[in-house]
Amino acid sequence: MNAMPLWKRVMILVICAWGIVAAAPNLNYTNIERHNDALAAVEAAGGTATADQQADLDLWPNFLPSSLVNLGLDLRGGAHLLAEVKVEDVYKARMDALWPEVRDALRNQRNAVGNVRRMPSPDGTLRVAISEPAGMAAALEAVRALATPVVSLTGVGQNDIDVSAEGLEIVIQLSQAERAATDDRTIQQSLEIVRRRVDEVGTREPTIQRQGSDRILIQVPGIGSAAELKALIGTTAKLTFNPVIGRTTDAGASPGPRNLLLPSMDESGTYYIVEESPVVTGEELVDAQPAFDQNNRPAVNFRFNPQGARKFGDYTAANIGAPFAIVLDSEVISAPVIQSHIPGGSGIITGSFSVEESTELAVLLRAGALPAELTFLEERTVGPELGQDSIDAGQTAALIAMAAVVFFMIACYGLFGVFATVALGINVALLFGALSTIGGTLTLPGIAGIVLTIGMAVDANVLVFERIREELRNARTPGRAIQLGYEKAMSAIIDANITTFITATVLFAVGSGPVRGFAITLGIGIITSVFTALFVTRVLVEIWVGWRRPKTIIV
Amino acid sequence: MAFRLRLAPEHTNINFFAYQWAMLVTSCVMILASIALWAVMGLNFGIDFQGGTTIRTESNQPVDVAAYRQAMTGLELGDVAITEVFDPTFDADQFVAQVRIAAQDGSEAVTPETIQLVEDALKTVDPSITFPSVESVGPKVSGELIWSAILAVVGASGAILIYIWLRFEWQYAVGAVAALVHDIIITIGVFALFQIKFDLAIVAALLTILGYSINDTVVIFDRLRENLVKYKTMPLRDVMNLSANETLSRTLMTTGTTLIALIAMLIFGGDVIRGFVFAITFGIVIGTYSSVYIAKNLVLMIGLDRTDKPKKGAPDEYADIDA
Repeated sequence: MNAMPLWKRVMILVICAWGIVAAAPNLNYTNIERHNDALAAVEAAGGTATADQQADLDLWPNFLPSSLVNLGLDLRGGAHLLAEVKVEDVYKARMDALWPEVRDALRNQRNAVGNVRRMPSPDGTLRVAISEPAGMAAALEAVRALATPVVSLTGVGQNDIDVSAEGLEIVIQLSQAERAATDDRTIQQSLEIVRRRVDEVGTREPTIQRQGSDRILIQVPGIGSAAELKALIGTTAKLTFNPVIGRTTDAGASPGPRNLLLPSMDESGTYYIVEESPVVTGEELVDAQPAFDQNNRPAVNFRFNPQGARKFGDYTAANIGAPFAIVLDSEVISAPVIQSHIPGGSGIITGSFSVEESTELAVLLRAGALPAELTFLEERTVGPELGQDSIDAGQTAALIAMAAVVFFMIACYGLFGVFATVALGINVALLFGALSTIGGTLTLPGIAGIVLTIGMAVDANVLVFERIREELRNARTPGRAIQLGYEKAMSAIIDANITTFITATVLFAVGSGPVRGFAITLGIGIITSVFTALFVTRVLVEIWVGWRRPKTIIV
Repeated sequence: MAFRLRLAPEHTNINFFAYQWAMLVTSCVMILASIALWAVMGLNFGIDFQGGTTIRTESNQPVDVAAYRQAMTGLELGDVAITEVFDPTFDADQFVAQVRIAAQDGSEAVTPETIQLVEDALKTVDPSITFPSVESVGPKVSGELIWSAILAVVGASGAILIYIWLRFEWQYAVGAVAALVHDIIITIGVFALFQIKFDLAIVAALLTILGYSINDTVVIFDRLRENLVKYKTMPLRDVMNLSANETLSRTLMTTGTTLIALIAMLIFGGDVIRGFVFAITFGIVIGTYSSVYIAKNLVLMIGLDRTDKPKKGAPDEYADIDA
């Protein structure tokens, strides 16, 4: 028998040892998890640990491996949301912001174009009527001068707006290239804001990723319900400062064109009529902090960036004595009267907040407003108890499956069955080791995948052992039979496992969430079981043959 | 001689083609019956594919389905299905039910307010009730999930077809994939027959069945390929029988260990994934059957080209005859 070279044996043993070491932390899951959490918290806090954190840190020595398998939401409990970003919202905002510029540009051409009026139009389109037909060419030119080139790789050479004439009206909308670029920016921005909001709550390892062209997948372990998560990230937190036109108690009052009728947050039954175009928006905020006003009521301090500060300063200087409204998500928080010119760009929002509300508002303002509304397409909540039940059930099933397979293998193949059993143990260790190292997520179907792997892992061994039996029947010497057994079983093992691996790959590519977890365990399981059957069992068999030098063997 | 458990005698000489027509007819009948069941009874699609909301309730009081239903009649939720869940892994005072609400018109996922209403209504019936899991899928996503599921199964079958074709010959590929389609259709038929919930996890199970069934088929094909070289003059049918007999012991052994593991999971794995594990378990039985009786038999029916094909560039004794 041609034994494997020593370096190969050593390498196989090293890989096995690595698998066991890497998998080991999972046996002490709770303590190591607390250790890891404390470690992360201490690092975030700059290296100082509280007494509780120190106690958690001491649960596991730092020098030992501490990578754990991530538990999926279905096992740990938590919330899963799939949100769609309404990218069209931004088109409307862009057009509304463009209107004052268009108006000013056309006013400069007043002699040629006459009067300028904004006409009703669907969201995302701006229609402007001029009174002098002869001035259309000049008007178009003036509006087109407002266009800027698109900043994106694919849209080079295109302008951000399309301007055309329809009778006496100028129709302005975003160009295709700009829409694509805007969509991308909107999603990126939404992702960033969602991430900041979720991080502020400080749960462990949330998953926030883009899916497809306009979707965001959010998974937060440990949160009570999807509704809670939605409340946190679904709030648009859109803060604007609008000029107030009037105040009414009539909910059905007509605010007039380009004005809005907004309810008051504190005084029910009171409505404010405000101009639709804000003076400044929350986007120009640089900071917001919970604070207390002079009457010691909770309030929020804010500060604008220089641009916002200038606009705010100019507006307050020009409108002393007039009220302006602080509007949050289409509700008027308060409508103070401007007492004096406010040049510094900072201010305070007061209202009947509780301390929690003012803190939350500050968080939302700091994180920024979502650029567009989110619609939730899919939401799932799993309670932690259900997850724990599933883990327990999975563990029981895996142990029983293991015991039964071991019994079966030893009963069928005797000593070789023992070798296969050792390989099976190493297989499971390698599987967990690999999952921990790559940070794979274990889900409930994933546990089923492991159980399935336990059942199927012996397949390669069985193929080899059956082959050895056949060779022994042909009266080969033990060493020769073993060698031929491995050689001849090889092609079947490889072909059979590659086809199974193909399905695991397809599952991984197409599936999501729990199904993907299943694909990962199945895929890794295939690799580890081929490795253990072809190498680990073989090393064991060769060592045994080399040591006992049996004249005959019974497989 | 040491005792060894044998699932198959050392030498078997089973004629796997003895009942080939009966087997073929049986399989065809099963496939047609599955399709008929599927068409008549329909599949019990989960919310993944149909949209809607499922709420799992848990309580230490026995489930009173009628009272639950009564509590929810005023909410105008449309189609509401309430089923009690039984499981051997539950504690004596653990009572679980599943409330399923159809997708609401005109809205994507069910709003948290609606879910809150349902939860409040159920709490009036049973104050100790808890809701360990709430899942809601909008119709938009469910439509896409159906497509991605179909894509997954077709894609995986296609990839396998190509791989087997490359490694073996096209006849093998056709036989193998026909066997796979057979397994999948019959498994879906069983889901229609028993109205087991068909969701995304079941699609994963179908793909696993694909993987397992092909695994089994490939082992037999591999032996067939080897024996065809060894016994050049033996009739194809006999070579196939020989190959199936030689691999029988392995087939039984692997199916045995896999089934043992899966049955453990089926009994002790909890109710949440029972449908998933059941699909795999059933599929493995049917997959083993199809490997032995369908894939190989189809290859026999198509026939293999057993002439020695000259390798390109290799000297061949017949190569000069026409020249």
